Formats: sequence, C-alpha cells, structure tokens
Amino acid sequence: MPTDPSPALPDDATLLAFIDAATGLNGIPLDPAWRGEVLANLRAIGNSARLVLSFPLEDEAEPASVFTA
Amino acid sequence: MSEVTGPGATATSIAAAVSAGEVTARAVTEAALSRIVALNPRLNAFTDVLAERALATAAQVDARRAAGEASGPLAGVPFAVKNLFDIEGLPTRAGSLINRGRAPAARDGALVRRMEAAGAVFLGGLNMGEYAYDFTGENAHDGASRNPHDPSRMTGGSSGGSGGAVAAGMVPLALGSDTNGSIRVPSAFCGLFGLKPTYGRLSRAGSFPFVGSFDHLGPLGRSVADLALSYDAMQGADADDPAQAPRSPEPVSGAIEDGAGGLRIAVLGGHFARNGDPDCFAALAHVAAALGAEAPVELPEAARARAAAYVITAAEGAALHLDRLRERPGDFDPATRDRLIAGAAIPAAWVHRAQRFRRWYRERVLALFDNVDILLAPSTPCRAPAIGQATIVMDGATLPLRPNIGVFTQPISFIGLPVCAVPVWLDGGLPLGVQVIAAPWREDLALRVARALERAGAVGCRVAAG
Repeated sequence: MPTDPSPALPDDATLLAFIDAATGLNGIPLDPAWRGEVLANLRAIGNSARLVLSFPLEDEAEPASVFTA
Repeated sequence: MSEVTGPGATATSIAAAVSAGEVTARAVTEAALSRIVALNPRLNAFTDVLAERALATAAQVDARRAAGEASGPLAGVPFAVKNLFDIEGLPTRAGSLINRGRAPAARDGALVRRMEAAGAVFLGGLNMGEYAYDFTGENAHDGASRNPHDPSRMTGGSSGGSGGAVAAGMVPLALGSDTNGSIRVPSAFCGLFGLKPTYGRLSRAGSFPFVGSFDHLGPLGRSVADLALSYDAMQGADADDPAQAPRSPEPVSGAIEDGAGGLRIAVLGGHFARNGDPDCFAALAHVAAALGAEAPVELPEAARARAAAYVITAAEGAALHLDRLRERPGDFDPATRDRLIAGAAIPAAWVHRAQRFRRWYRERVLALFDNVDILLAPSTPCRAPAIGQATIVMDGATLPLRPNIGVFTQPISFIGLPVCAVPVWLDGGLPLGVQVIAAPWREDLALRVARALERAGAVGCRVAAG
C-alpha cells in the first residue's frame, strides 16, 4: 500500500522558474501568454507523478518494456 | 435504395450481398459517397474524401467477382480511417497543421492495405484531435467533429471523425487509434461498438505515433460481427511494427456466437465505481444485469495506474514532438502545445518510476484473470459534453474536462488489455458506453460477450437521423 506521499509540488513561482529553465534547456521558445496553461499542465502532471512516486517498489522492479530484440 | 446501399447497412450484409452479386461494390460506394456529400458539411467527420480512388477500387472488386475470383470477406465494404493513418499520395496530417508540410505518404498504412486486400473500399481520411492528444474530437485547425446524434455535442476523441462517420451512416466501418481511450471514448459518445485489441496485436506500421508504449489501432462499427470481420482481416505479422507481438492470427468471427454462458464476469469497483455521474453507472448496471454479473472486483491501484499513464503519455508525447515544439510552437493547437511543453519538462525519474509501476500493476491485474474472464467498467464518466465545454463535475468537484474523460479507459490501455466498447441507450437521450475487458490475447471473449449483449438487445447501435 502507498506510504507517505512524495514531497508537495513547489509554489507557482518556483514551478514557473522551472518551466522557464526547462524550455530554455530544450530550446523551446515560450510565449509569455502560454506560461499559465503550461504551468497548469505541469502541475497536473506533477500531481499524477506524486501519486506514482509515493508507491513503494522494490529496487529489483524493472520496467515492463515490450521491446524485444 | 436497397437496404445494403442504405446508411444502416452493416459491413457483413454488404459483403454478403456484393459477394452474391445482389449489388455491385460500385453502387454501395456511390451511395456512401452521396451520404458523405450530404452529411459531412454539418458533421465534419471527413477531412479527405477520395471519391475517384474509391470508385476505381469498387470497379476492381466488381471485376474480380465478374471474373469468378474470390471477392474477399469485406467485398465492397466502404471504410475510412483517422487521418493519422498513412494514405498514399497525402501528407499524414494526424490532425495537425504542421504535418501538412510533410511529403505525401508513399503507400497506405498497413491496416488500410489489409482492409483493401480483403475487398474493402477505402473512402478517405477522418478528422481527429491534434496528434491524438485528445478525448474531445475538437480540432483548432479542422474544426470539431460533431456528434451525429446531436451536432452541438462532442463526438469524443481523439478518433472523433471515426465515431461521427460511422454513427451518421456514412460508412459502416472506420479505423481509429487508442492510446488512452481514443477508440472507446468516441464509441461511447457516438453509440458504437469499438474494439481496442491487445497491445501488440495489430500492426501500427504506417500510422503517425503518439505514445509508443500505449498506441493501439482498431475498428469502430455498428455491429459486433463487423468488428470481428474487420479485425480478422487486419491480423497478421508485420515486421514494420517493432512492438507487434510474434503471434499467429487468431480469427474470432467464427466464435462470436458462442454466447457468454460459462464465462466468469465481474464488475469493476473502487476507482471504476467513483469519478463519474449516475448515468455512466446506470449503463454499467444495465449491462451487468443483462449478463447476470454481480461479483465486484477491484483493480489494485487503478487510480495510480491512470496517474502513471498520464505521466508517460506527457513525456513520450513531448519527446516525439520536441523538434516541432522548438521550431513551430505557434502552429500547434494551443491545447496540445501547452501540455506537450509541460511534458518536455518532466524529470526522467518520474517516467522511469511510472514504467516500473506499470510492471507491478500488470502482474497483479493479470493474476485477477485466474478467477475471472471478463471485467466490466464504464467507458466514460458522462454522456457527450457540449462542444467547447471545459469542465466536468465529478464526485462534487469541478475538474478540467479534457483529461478526465479518460478516467476509466486509461487504467486499462495502460497495460494493453483488449476491450470491446459496447453502446448503451438508457433513455431518449445520448448513448453511453461500457467496456467489456478481457485478458491479453482474448479478444474473442470480449467480442463473444459483446455479441451476446447485442443479441439480447441490451446494447446496440442506431444510425443518427440525417
């Protein structure tokens, strides 16, 4: 069963700074008018990730890749 | 107009009539093209109508029959495909503006070729949500697909044109893709049967990808027999799809009349018994009652599975589109672009953890199938929303509509289980859908149960009034 949730997401200002850094790193030009929606989407993704990250898995649990050589 | 050239004709009835010489493929094709001309301006299902090609194909089908050759199991059956399938001579737009600048496809996608090899007649490409990152059927470039049962309502997406074209009677069969629910959602909103096969079953070669981990292709139709007929025609190994499983074809058409007797059927509880409005649970109860299914079963950690699918989808989708985000971000549908930009910022550790969880979840869900053959769940949390609607109320909370339409479909496609979505008409209003879910590679069981429900009159399709 899930244990403690992973750390709460940072506040909007911190997330926006992260978005600016990540888009810069990725070379994606970010129109200031898009930042609000990108922030909302990143928060939704982050909240989903928190749910996943709070679930304990054994170190030996590898991904179930379907790729076959 | 004979029955087999009319809007309600099934693929099965058309193929039988064409093979028997009761009607020509040309007559069936001309009738379908006429319906598209009449209905498409209002419903916006087709983006590309290939009338000349379709008539030439129909002439070939008729010539083969006249020469005494086998007509094929789909002889003369008109069909169309979501415009992420390659169509020879056209750029594969995948609902986008950007892709219209691609070189025209050199040949059709694998499943288009297989449908035609079985005698079907290809009519054209269908509207879809941009790059398949969509549950609504809306599109900033091509306009929204409109629900034939109420054009002010969504078709659902992202295979929106596929749902609209079949529900309107333009064609009896359409192909779509389903990454997180994009066949099952339009099937529910448009009142159709839809088959999302097991991950790795049907070749995805020659289709524009979205999330390689979850992408599936499959048919939408107005009868279970039609789904089975087309599914059988599309099976078979294809080295061009690296994720396709090494399995021989396992035809199902001969088994769908075997009934649901003897199958262990359970209703999904927990996550699947929350997060929706009363109508979707009434539809589920209706189907469960028709099958005598009472035993509740809970998928372990289904909400977490949906969350993991959400993270992987955003990350893989962003990785796929990174160059386009760099070069032409202003040419995306804003609703797609802003999610993809956010997805490009996701830490790799989140994605890897989600994939590791996927394995954990898959193993536990597969263990459930030791004691059950079929699982039932709602397809969507609500009936078709109004086009432009942005929020949904779930369990008293107002939430963004777009991501939450897939609340019940995502935990299933996350691990590639086969599903036949069945349409339920509770009253005089719009339809709803129920997912009939089987263990991997048991499409036959899902279709058997769907057919039993169809035969009993518990589920079925209606062609929308023109």
